[in-house]
Amino acid sequence: MAVADTTDHHDHDHDHHDHDPFIAHHFDGPQQQFDSGKLGIWLFLVTEVLFFSGLFVAYTLYRNHHPEIFELAHHHLDKVLGCLNTIVLLFSSLTMALAVRSAQTGKNKNCELYTLITMVCATIFLGVKAVEYSHKWDLGIFPKYGFNYTPGHHEMGFLGLSPYLIKLSAIPALLLASFAGASVMGKLTDKPAQFKFFMGMAIMVAGYFAGVAGGVVYQNAVDSGHAHLAMSSSPLQLHAATFEENGQHHSHQHSDQHSEGQGHEGGEEHGDDHHDQRHEGSGESMPKSVGAFFSIYYCMTGLHAIHIIGGIVALAWIYYRSQQGHWREDYFGPVDYVGLYWHLVDLIWIYLFPLLYLID
Amino acid sequence: MSDHSHDYPSFNHPAPVPLLFVVFGALIFLTVATVVTSNIELGEFGFIVAMIIATMKAFLVCAFFMHMWWDKGFNVLVFFSSLLFVSLFIGMTLLDTGSYKETIDAFPTTEESSLSTTEY
Repeated sequence: MAVADTTDHHDHDHDHHDHDPFIAHHFDGPQQQFDSGKLGIWLFLVTEVLFFSGLFVAYTLYRNHHPEIFELAHHHLDKVLGCLNTIVLLFSSLTMALAVRSAQTGKNKNCELYTLITMVCATIFLGVKAVEYSHKWDLGIFPKYGFNYTPGHHEMGFLGLSPYLIKLSAIPALLLASFAGASVMGKLTDKPAQFKFFMGMAIMVAGYFAGVAGGVVYQNAVDSGHAHLAMSSSPLQLHAATFEENGQHHSHQHSDQHSEGQGHEGGEEHGDDHHDQRHEGSGESMPKSVGAFFSIYYCMTGLHAIHIIGGIVALAWIYYRSQQGHWREDYFGPVDYVGLYWHLVDLIWIYLFPLLYLID
Repeated sequence: MSDHSHDYPSFNHPAPVPLLFVVFGALIFLTVATVVTSNIELGEFGFIVAMIIATMKAFLVCAFFMHMWWDKGFNVLVFFSSLLFVSLFIGMTLLDTGSYKETIDAFPTTEESSLSTTEY
């Protein structure tokens, strides 16, 4: 129905714009509407840049005054996961640019596909982020005053997963079930548009679990064999660095660390007595002020993640309208605007990645 | 592609597909480059190198993915004006805190000691 509509209007819009559903009455024509929207979205992006700049100021000041804390803290951030997320986000930017191009050339089917890929990349990014966050929370790495780093300490939940990760994944799981249900309902009640749209939404949320799965597999590989994968995030290496600084508890802690490492591979044996001992020992090894770095880290990446979620909502709207076949050569503004926003989110990550993950 | 012979409205500039893929390739290359350089001991220059690479990536994204290359000059001006204000924001704050750096640097130690006495 909608597809027929657009071609119809295309024929008409040479004579009278009044009947065009996509060109508002207060605009002279498609070009004026497009240019106004474009200026509007650029102004919005300016406010976004200024919004984030507050956090960049916090970062700059803290790093300027306490470079040693950044040196110490960034070893907790996994370069591999960060790099993987960067590539996923860059790829989503490519598919977004392709989606904009498809809309510009009036190819609604392609636009639909590219928007879906963009959304899936976004949720993969969030899935990996969820693994990163929950892994840190397991280790007691919380913002400032909650900071209570306990190396080697792992809460084990269902299937050996982090309880935090399970809690974080509850919302996507609920969404996945709802979208899949809505899609099936659409199929059963003969509503093809609803079926198609919610099918896409379900695929989009499934991307989150793909990201989580990838992240967990990688994280387990690192945890069980950090000797092989000698990443900078390895707790052993970090410990060595911290001891040099504090100059105490050398041998005792080291042997403790080793036994923990082996206990890890074994998996389940995490007695409570052990746990307490670790708690006390490592409380001294990591200065509490390191938590301030993580306040900045959580604020910056958290705000960025919120923008990703907002972007997904906007993209879902674009996805729906692509399915309705709304885009044509003189009307593709919304795709372009959402695209610009999406690229800005990518742009911010381009700076966050080296600033947070690659301090050396 | 046949798209190029096609007449688009004057405000519609579809980016060439090969260009988008080349830009994506360059972005991946720069990402790998920034990870590799972060593993090399560059001392003071490490930060500068990372920022230069990030800015190159930002340029590629802005110019081609965000269509700035074909966009109106005014829109570009609007966007870059935000960077002017960001640099003022960061620069002024740094100047300000720089002028009483000693007091700030002394703060964490006083804070830590007060924390340990109050058993926070």
